[in-house]
Amino acid sequence: MRGFLLHRLFQSAVLLVIVSLIGFATLSLMPGGPMAQYGLDPGMTQDDLARLKQQLGLDRPLWVQYFDWAWRLLQGDWGKSFRDGSAVLSVIGRHIFATLLLMGTSTVIAIALGSWIGIRGATHRHSVFDYLATIGAMIALSIPTFWFGLIGIYFFTLKLGWLPAGNMYTIGDGSVLDYAHHLIMPSVVLSLVHVAIWSRYMRTATLDAISQDFVKTARAKGASERRVLMKHVVGNALLPMIALAGVQLPSILTGALVTETVFTWPGMGRLFLDSLSYSDYPVVMGLLIFSAIIVILGNLIADIVIAFVDPRIRLA
Amino acid sequence: MNTLALRDRPSRWWQSRVARRFAQHPLALLGLVMITALTVACVVGPWLLPYDILQIDLRARFAPPLTGSHILGTDPLGRDLAARLFVAGRVSLLVGFSAMLLSVVVGTVVGVIAGYRGGWLGAALMRTVDGFLAFPSIFLVLALSAALQPSPLMIVVIIAVTKWMEVARIVEAEVRSLREREFVLAGRMLGLSSVHIMFREILPNAMGPITVAASLTVARAILLEAYISFLGYGIQPPLPSWGNMLNGAQQYLSSAPWMAIIPGAAITIAVTSFNFIGDGLRDALDVKGEHG
Repeated sequence: MRGFLLHRLFQSAVLLVIVSLIGFATLSLMPGGPMAQYGLDPGMTQDDLARLKQQLGLDRPLWVQYFDWAWRLLQGDWGKSFRDGSAVLSVIGRHIFATLLLMGTSTVIAIALGSWIGIRGATHRHSVFDYLATIGAMIALSIPTFWFGLIGIYFFTLKLGWLPAGNMYTIGDGSVLDYAHHLIMPSVVLSLVHVAIWSRYMRTATLDAISQDFVKTARAKGASERRVLMKHVVGNALLPMIALAGVQLPSILTGALVTETVFTWPGMGRLFLDSLSYSDYPVVMGLLIFSAIIVILGNLIADIVIAFVDPRIRLA
Repeated sequence: MNTLALRDRPSRWWQSRVARRFAQHPLALLGLVMITALTVACVVGPWLLPYDILQIDLRARFAPPLTGSHILGTDPLGRDLAARLFVAGRVSLLVGFSAMLLSVVVGTVVGVIAGYRGGWLGAALMRTVDGFLAFPSIFLVLALSAALQPSPLMIVVIIAVTKWMEVARIVEAEVRSLREREFVLAGRMLGLSSVHIMFREILPNAMGPITVAASLTVARAILLEAYISFLGYGIQPPLPSWGNMLNGAQQYLSSAPWMAIIPGAAITIAVTSFNFIGDGLRDALDVKGEHG
């Protein structure tokens, strides 16, 4: 187990370095680079700019600048927002709760609904349900998330008036029920794609598990069909799904950004777009790196959880 | 392979086993029919309609579908929606297809080199693939699009930057498993160059998985273009794309819902078609699926 953990940690560290390199390359592509904010100031002369460039160390070779930048990232100094001068990490911190709430809720929906569809498809293979679920999943994967959101707003807000069109809570209310009411539509919209993916994988995993010897053994020992399914089949089918949850993280974050825009949800996705339109590059860069770190950590945690649950992996 | 087997090979590609199996896949055929119809409509449509995409008609603002000769209605400036939809379709399909071609070429070259060379270079290339995969694609695409001026060509490049990794992974795995086969050793003994062995001897054997990945990559590229254009960082007006047609649609959702419904439906039909085709190709080419 220790060897596995160390190996996995080392892999994640290497990945972090690569991600920071890609991030730094993107930063260098930004118009004007880190100097952009000062270039806009009309009181700045060419001399001032040159002096500032030297003070900020931007006249040094790129690789020196990279190590300097990466070192500051490690120390938690992610720069300051151009908009209000507050530290990038604290700006991100203010928006992370909304995004985690949205992603968490939609993941629960995706797992519950996707597992049910997948297991039913596997136990009723080649039935009408299975066939429709297969086609439905492919269509769900093809629907643009923001369009699904707009259609939802059209029907459930404008036509039926059941659900709010956006925001996380009503000003002056903010009770748990109010949050829940606002959460329904964005989280369902965000979960659509993941219900589809989850149901497909769950169907395959269940079919794999059904054909295993231990299922035959359980049946032979006289366990009821329901018990065999719930305890032996589903338990084993869910195991590879933990890894899938990790692998799906980038696409959930992508979906969250789009969903937050449609539903004016005050999370990291909206923050990213707002910062882009203000050319607030420190925050843009911070979020870019931060989202990749979430993905790397998520995959690391998923792998560790699997290793704890499944001795076959950690001993291999 | 003896002469008998050679003679048994079908002489026309549509008589091949793959083509027959593809033709027996109802969804794949449906996808092919849908995307063909949509492409023809987008190519021919603008010539048949009596409207220009930039022709503003303030007397015909917010016309719902089937108003006079405006089959799909008009937008807030009275521009014909059908004409814009078809021209936007040309842009979106072309961007999606070009981005796919670029990602497949880049992914294939990286995958072949990583898989064939292996060792230090292969590991470095594949870890780079992992690094790119760690970014949620839209964050990277939006940051790049804001940094570089988003011309249509640049959008193609930016989308390809975030979509080449999957092909690279598939090709790397295929090439790695083929590297030690007899025909490769034979090639080496004949003194063929590594480039020849990589691209002329090994690569043709990996075409099946690449073809499947390509059709799914078109679907994802079209979706990604729609996302960033919807958010205002993709194809820039006045050039229409399905994504940027939806850009302003949200504010008119109650007064002109067709503005949001129609372009989104076009995106869904196009993407569904490519996903259906990809599924059919996967079955026809016997490629092991990511989700069975």
